[in-house]
Amino acid sequence: MAIGVKVMKRPTQQTSYLRATLKGMALTFSHLLRPKVTMQYPEEKSSKDWTLASRWRGTHRMLTDEQGRAKCVACGLCPQICPANCIKLVPGEDEEGHRYPLIYEIDEFRCIFCGYCQEVCPEEAIHVGVHYENSEYSRDRFVYDLERLTAQTHPVSTLWDPSDPKGE
Amino acid sequence: MTFFLVASAIKVFLVLNLILVGVALLTLVERRVCAWMQDRLGPNRVGPQGLLQPAADGLKNFLKEETSPAMADKALFTLAPIVSFIPAMLTFGVIPFASPLPTRWGVVPMVVADLPVGFLYILAISSLGVYGIVLAGWASNNKYALLGGLRASAQMISYEIAMGMSTVAVLLLAGNVTLSQVITQQQTGLWFVVPLTVAFLIFFISAFAETNRLPFDLPEAEGELIAGYHTEYSAMKFSMFYIAEYSNMVTASALMATLFFGGWDIPLTTWDSTGDPSVIKTLLTLAAFSAKTIVFLFTYIWVRWTLPRFRYDQLMALGWKVLLPLALIYITVVAVAIWFFRVRLGWTYGPGMAWALGGLNFVLLLVLVLWLDRGRIVSGSVSQEAA
Repeated sequence: MAIGVKVMKRPTQQTSYLRATLKGMALTFSHLLRPKVTMQYPEEKSSKDWTLASRWRGTHRMLTDEQGRAKCVACGLCPQICPANCIKLVPGEDEEGHRYPLIYEIDEFRCIFCGYCQEVCPEEAIHVGVHYENSEYSRDRFVYDLERLTAQTHPVSTLWDPSDPKGE
Repeated sequence: MTFFLVASAIKVFLVLNLILVGVALLTLVERRVCAWMQDRLGPNRVGPQGLLQPAADGLKNFLKEETSPAMADKALFTLAPIVSFIPAMLTFGVIPFASPLPTRWGVVPMVVADLPVGFLYILAISSLGVYGIVLAGWASNNKYALLGGLRASAQMISYEIAMGMSTVAVLLLAGNVTLSQVITQQQTGLWFVVPLTVAFLIFFISAFAETNRLPFDLPEAEGELIAGYHTEYSAMKFSMFYIAEYSNMVTASALMATLFFGGWDIPLTTWDSTGDPSVIKTLLTLAAFSAKTIVFLFTYIWVRWTLPRFRYDQLMALGWKVLLPLALIYITVVAVAIWFFRVRLGWTYGPGMAWALGGLNFVLLLVLVLWLDRGRIVSGSVSQEAA
């Protein structure tokens, strides 16, 4: 060889193609009989090895009070902090001076699921949820209005707790 | 005459369809076994256990767009899949797959054509398949495809020699190339894998190279050549290469079973090869033959999902520097041994002679393994001494 490739002198048991082959064949055959790790997704959504974390930040959910109204007081903190600018909020006020959202829309396409809206919300109204299946037939279905946000039933995210970083 | 024609037509129809269905199922088996070896489940959605997956794939291939490269040689581009498909379908014709079947009109031998030239026919026809691959590589007017085609031709010619040489040993022992005679010989004595172990090994390795399967799938080499010779092919044309590859696998497995593992002989029994033919015998021997073939097919798949691909120079070195000299030496040794047993001791082929040759083979095999174990098959591109 023109270029000086140095090849290490190794003992036979390390360089033998025959032994490596037989070892490899034995290994693949043993894997043939081992239990499989595949999860049958649509039927099986969690297994003993894997389940969706309670800190998962997915589809939003608006919590409601006892009367079934959204807890939101239209303070405007969530559209303010939202880095993706995906929350549209138009505040309104009733005769007693209670603020409520006239329009509250979240564009799930723009959302980056950072969870800041949930962190910042003083009323614990808007939450990101432990949920990920949001396929739709058209793009405009991805703008969730207040009605759809309150209608969600999945569990809300626990987010990351700095005092309990490992979630124990 | 009419009986022969009708029986042959039925056999041709059955064998062709069985091969096509077998190939279709084999693609599924390949994917599922591969998945299992990787701790996955594999395709299991279409039909029970994914059994209809090949049908879905076939349908897809029929409906896909036929692409044809603008600069391709149209005629050869169309011809190539046909040229590789037809030999693949033809080769199975001479392999006996069961004991003769008695019918009301006469006894039907369970082989499409019991040619006197036997496995020479298989060697001749199967090497025609390389034309399809080379033509495909050339006609695509694509550098990757051309390289794949060239590699295929070099590889198949190199390993054809070793393969032919290893069958010479069978010829020496059986004294005949007709496959039904070879099977009869093995039934009276012992399966040829015992007296001709080394020949079987050479044949086995060459068969992998002949069918372009890993670790010798250099014509395809998806890591280097995209898909090699069938890079430019789509839809049913691509599918024909695929079917050709898999039916070559089936034929090679059946041939290994026939030449070295007694064909349709049921082990440890003699009733299947003696006495009058009967339907139950035909069915049981067919099952035995299928089982042997399936074992080899599984080995093909098993090896594919275990071994990495050879480098091109390693492939050539293994073919020309290891297998060919080995086959030549082996023929000499076996010829001398057979001459000694036949002429000097006056033996005919039977268990005694088979075991004696088996002992000789065991010694040869031991020497061979010890010799090969010294890093001679696959080494770096730089020899250790030169460093």
